[in-house]
Amino acid sequence: MSVAPSARRAFASQFWRGTRRGIPVIVASAPFGVLFGALAVQNGFTVGEAVMMSATVFAGASQMVGIELFGKAIPAWMIVLSVFAVNFRHVLYSASFGRRTGHWSGWQRALGFFFLADPQYAETERMAEAGETIGFAWYLGIGLPMYLVWVLDAWLGALFGRLIPDTHALGLDFLLPIYFVGLLMGFRRRPLWLPVVIASGAAAMVAHLYVGSPWHVSIGALAGVMLAAAMPVGKEARDAYAASGDATGGR
Amino acid sequence: MSEIGWIVLAAAVMTYLTRAGGHLVLSRFRRIHPRVEAGLNAVPAAVFTTLVAPAAMNASPAEALALVVAALLGLRGGMFSVFLGGGLVLIAGRYLLG
Repeated sequence: MSVAPSARRAFASQFWRGTRRGIPVIVASAPFGVLFGALAVQNGFTVGEAVMMSATVFAGASQMVGIELFGKAIPAWMIVLSVFAVNFRHVLYSASFGRRTGHWSGWQRALGFFFLADPQYAETERMAEAGETIGFAWYLGIGLPMYLVWVLDAWLGALFGRLIPDTHALGLDFLLPIYFVGLLMGFRRRPLWLPVVIASGAAAMVAHLYVGSPWHVSIGALAGVMLAAAMPVGKEARDAYAASGDATGGR
Repeated sequence: MSEIGWIVLAAAVMTYLTRAGGHLVLSRFRRIHPRVEAGLNAVPAAVFTTLVAPAAMNASPAEALALVVAALLGLRGGMFSVFLGGGLVLIAGRYLLG
């Protein structure tokens, strides 16, 4: 199959555009990727198993939860279920991502889902918010380097884990919450942002205290989403919904 | 393969199912109800709040200060300034406040 040079150039330029967008995240997530590798080895993983988890799961928070549970005498199904609970939010990302990539082919989307971690989802939403179409090359540009570096991080962490200097003094252990605050603020212009933040924050804290991690993520998220869904629907949205049914004749 | 290996693979399959599943389920509905739409629009704020909440709840003074500075920087600047500013406040705060 031959690809016209101009098409290849356009692909490369879009890919590079995505990569540039992802560089801050690659830098920001590196400490966690390395830390994951180091902790995994300390919890009884081999270097190969640590690298395999980063390469196949590719979801930082859930990987941390996973290795934390491996260290304790917890049944295997419970560990898998906990990873699922932390990652349940991806169901909601997936639904939104699917709507934004209707113009992609089936295999492009199947691959796209694999890379659909928090940063990719956030950047895709930001892109769509700016009124731009989500291109496959752009998405691959942001997703693939982040994935490769994430796997590399785990490998380095597993090999040199014990050589990391004082992670507390360097603030490395608290970079993830700061990063999530930044992402959170980026969505502040969405409707119902503040009520959702308050509802989710309160529910997550209560769940964290009385149900325990990792369920506070699913419970807190559900509280905010249900609040938004329960709010009165505006007349405009109601009319648009009714019109979409009329135009296509219903199912 | 070791037990750890099998658990990791099962976790990977579950994770991929969450990432593909939301779309596969929702795409069966031709129209999206405004309430579902409103719920979907709330997802990022809801999820990122829950990821911050435990850290905020158990934060030391230095960590709490870093989160507040990060949020304030998020009102004006982009991700990079949030990250740099929050990180610097954290390191300085831990050095000064312990």
